[in-house]
Amino acid sequence: MALLNSYNISIKGIAACVPKDKELTKNYTLFSEDERALFIKSVGITERRVAPFEITTSDMCFCAAEKLISDLNWDKKEIGCVIFVSQSPDYLLPATSIILQHRLGLSKDTMAFDVSLGCSGYVYGLQLMAGIISGGQIKKGLLLVGDKSTLSTYYEDKSTYPLFGDAGTATAIEFDEQASSIYFNLQSDGGGEDAIKILDGAARNTVRDDTFDIKEIEPGIKRSRRHLILNGIDIFNFALKEVTPNINELFQFAGIEKDSVDYFLFHQANRLINESVRKKLKVLDIAKVPYSINLFGNTSSASIPLTMVTQLKSNLQKNNTLLLSGFGVGFSWASCLFKTGNIYCSDLIEIG
Amino acid sequence: MVSIEEFTSLLAAEFEDIDPQTITPATNYREIKNWSSMYALIIIAFVDANYDVQLNADNLKNSQTIKDIYDIVLSKQP
Repeated sequence: MALLNSYNISIKGIAACVPKDKELTKNYTLFSEDERALFIKSVGITERRVAPFEITTSDMCFCAAEKLISDLNWDKKEIGCVIFVSQSPDYLLPATSIILQHRLGLSKDTMAFDVSLGCSGYVYGLQLMAGIISGGQIKKGLLLVGDKSTLSTYYEDKSTYPLFGDAGTATAIEFDEQASSIYFNLQSDGGGEDAIKILDGAARNTVRDDTFDIKEIEPGIKRSRRHLILNGIDIFNFALKEVTPNINELFQFAGIEKDSVDYFLFHQANRLINESVRKKLKVLDIAKVPYSINLFGNTSSASIPLTMVTQLKSNLQKNNTLLLSGFGVGFSWASCLFKTGNIYCSDLIEIG
Repeated sequence: MVSIEEFTSLLAAEFEDIDPQTITPATNYREIKNWSSMYALIIIAFVDANYDVQLNADNLKNSQTIKDIYDIVLSKQP
């Protein structure tokens, strides 16, 4: 049971960066009028940000990190760890975190590594960073999290294309002996590996003759083996089944009452899923469950910090109890629970 | 468990843009005007929230009518 707690960790600040180019659901031509209305209402996405060819996840994370370091007045020499959580790295190798260490002008004494996780990645990243910082030898770390998911979606696949937006984020984490504990519940089930998948391009199926051939899977769904597969029903059932027990277990482990939570920050994949989870948790106050999906779509691992920056911002500069929960590709799901100090949120950065 | 008639009218109310009068237990739900996979998610969420039953992809694949879904919910209810 990966129920864990970390001490002496404080989240000092968060910054998020998105491409300036928007795509509007109302302009997506594969939807009928009725389908579009239902999609906007139930999935909850009216617009998304889409990065142009030349902008990658690491570019967005770089801009977020530069802004955050400057806003917090951090001395780059003191940053001892960079973790890049993404499933859209710059290259198959080397790891993007290492490229970012150099590009950000951080010391060669910085430890840097990548983590390949999607929707659950922010919470996993926080736990890893907490484990590294809580000993006190490394005082400051940068958690860089995001994806350029639009790389992998095909316009003529209406089960994926209208869902995803691009974003990169940076979170500043510091050793702090005054900080309250952070409690985590981290889980995985590889039985769900086929529910969200890109088949070709890595070691199992490198590139085949038919890798880039576009095939019709069913009406409204065309894609190649290099594009993202998404089985909505399986994911929906996974989320309904697993997310609420994971969170309830965490409350029990932490000995914190659900009612004391100020904000429930759920991964932004689908409004219907999040509303179902909210009702199952019996959270009646909808103001406690902020959404950013309407403006940014599903931004993978960036969705939780992007929601914090765009929806909570100044409200985070108080003592709040937060519950974060990410769930999806893998399947992988994780939640964490903590009382914040002052978390500084930089203004949203737009590039491109 | 509620009656099949009540189940049908509660479910029909979830399909907001569809006239509930047109939905009966014998309705093949895939033939509802403008049916899309999003309706499948709405059915799953409705059944989960109200009856604590999870409909999987096979359940949906093997069902045609609202009554078929009702019967699956009955058989799977805790």
